[in-house]
Amino acid sequence: MAKVPETGSNPPVSTAHSSSRDSMPRTILDATAVARIVDRIAHQILEKTGGAGDAVILGIPTRGAYLARRLAGRIQTFEGIELPVGSLDVTLYRDDLRLRGVRPLEETDLPSVGIDGHLVVLVDDVLFSGRTVRAALDALGDLGRPRAVQLAVLVDRGHRELPIRADYVGKNIPTSLAESVRVRLSEVDGRDCVELDPEEGDR
Amino acid sequence: MNRHLLSAADLDRTSATAILDTAEQMDKALAGREVKKLPTLRGRTVVNLFFEDSTRTRTSFELAAKRLSADVINFSAKGSSVSKGESLKDTALTLEAMGSDAVVIRHSMSGAPHRLAGWIRGSVVNAGDGTHEHPTQALLDAFTIRRRMGRLEGLRVVIVGDVLHSRVARSNVILLHTLGAEVTLVAPPTLVPVGVEAWPAAVSYDLDAVLPKADAVMMLRVQRERMSASYFPTQREYSRRYGLDRQRLARMPDQAIVMHPGPMNRGMEIAAEVADSVRSTIVEQVSNGVSVRMAVLYLLLGGGEPA
Repeated sequence: MAKVPETGSNPPVSTAHSSSRDSMPRTILDATAVARIVDRIAHQILEKTGGAGDAVILGIPTRGAYLARRLAGRIQTFEGIELPVGSLDVTLYRDDLRLRGVRPLEETDLPSVGIDGHLVVLVDDVLFSGRTVRAALDALGDLGRPRAVQLAVLVDRGHRELPIRADYVGKNIPTSLAESVRVRLSEVDGRDCVELDPEEGDR
Repeated sequence: MNRHLLSAADLDRTSATAILDTAEQMDKALAGREVKKLPTLRGRTVVNLFFEDSTRTRTSFELAAKRLSADVINFSAKGSSVSKGESLKDTALTLEAMGSDAVVIRHSMSGAPHRLAGWIRGSVVNAGDGTHEHPTQALLDAFTIRRRMGRLEGLRVVIVGDVLHSRVARSNVILLHTLGAEVTLVAPPTLVPVGVEAWPAAVSYDLDAVLPKADAVMMLRVQRERMSASYFPTQREYSRRYGLDRQRLARMPDQAIVMHPGPMNRGMEIAAEVADSVRSTIVEQVSNGVSVRMAVLYLLLGGGEPA
């Protein structure tokens, strides 16, 4: 992996008013902003797919699965249609298992309609190297043949290692490789927010 | 998880639960799919080294490894250089030289997998050694109970029959105790092993007294091939006192399940109508076995190079 040279004193790229200390996580999006973004992506899905008639929403665990459910919930509120929603664990398709060791599997729960001939909207919290999405595309190939696949992410933090792009982006957050982006959702973390942590996380 | 799976005692509660949870997710990941295959162990080689006859365990391991895209080599003692007198060590080193990442071994001698683990660099999975242990059977039994009953903690599991010769019973007692279940062994006094007081299980000689409080009843096969002496007067008498028939099934609580590791002696330890009843999990145990073995292989081999 190409590592961008980083000196500890460099401020994060996107900092507008960096009054907080460098070692503290910085909140980029608060709960209201997260809710607005989910609403917007729900509208965008409806718009871009012409009413989302044959769409199936699949979230990538852990947080992508909750986002998928929220999106489906908002779409139901706006249009009164109940889209099939599920989760797709891609751990067994990852290319870094040997590098980083096995990790626990998450829930895979496909809607009963299946994915054959449907428009699958993949949902994840953060788009980074693109390797998770690649794994998800491989997994989808084993599950059936969707009519098309689209990708929705809450945060795009850049640094792609594969030719992958999202169809729906909540927020572009320019980052350095040394930083980590933490998405917190009330279902797992007790609150909604997105934080930028100057310390490298486990991703 | 350790590099090998030799004994149910290798697993503490956390790692045992992790295997069961992984098996559950494996099952869901493959449910209703057209392509029942995952790429996870592509390029890994698993050797099934079977010195003893087996249908379900060998095919179960083979299927588990293949569903994870590993290459599988089946090796049975018959028709191999073992019949020319090759030692276990030489056989193992030969297989390792061909680049195996894991060896699944079944052997009639207790302790053979432990010896093997000291000789080769890859992982060793015990698929049954003599009268000692059969840890993946215990895992699939625990998985089956947990699935049917929703939990293991505090459940009462009764294991009935030839405990003396049963590696299934030994592994199950250890694992079920680790996972918080209460185990009662029921057997004729001649088929209870010496030193059973030290096992984390109660012992009874009266099946009828134990059945009304059981959540799961596991019947063991009477292993005629391991019996050199006569442990009970006649088959008929054994069946009368320790066989599970319809009357005994009726004494069990309504939701309690009947298990058998297979192969069954129908009419001996278990009546045909009990084996085929809705309370029986015998067929389920077989399909759960594949998921559990996939979980074990994934956790042993999925990560970095075996040390």
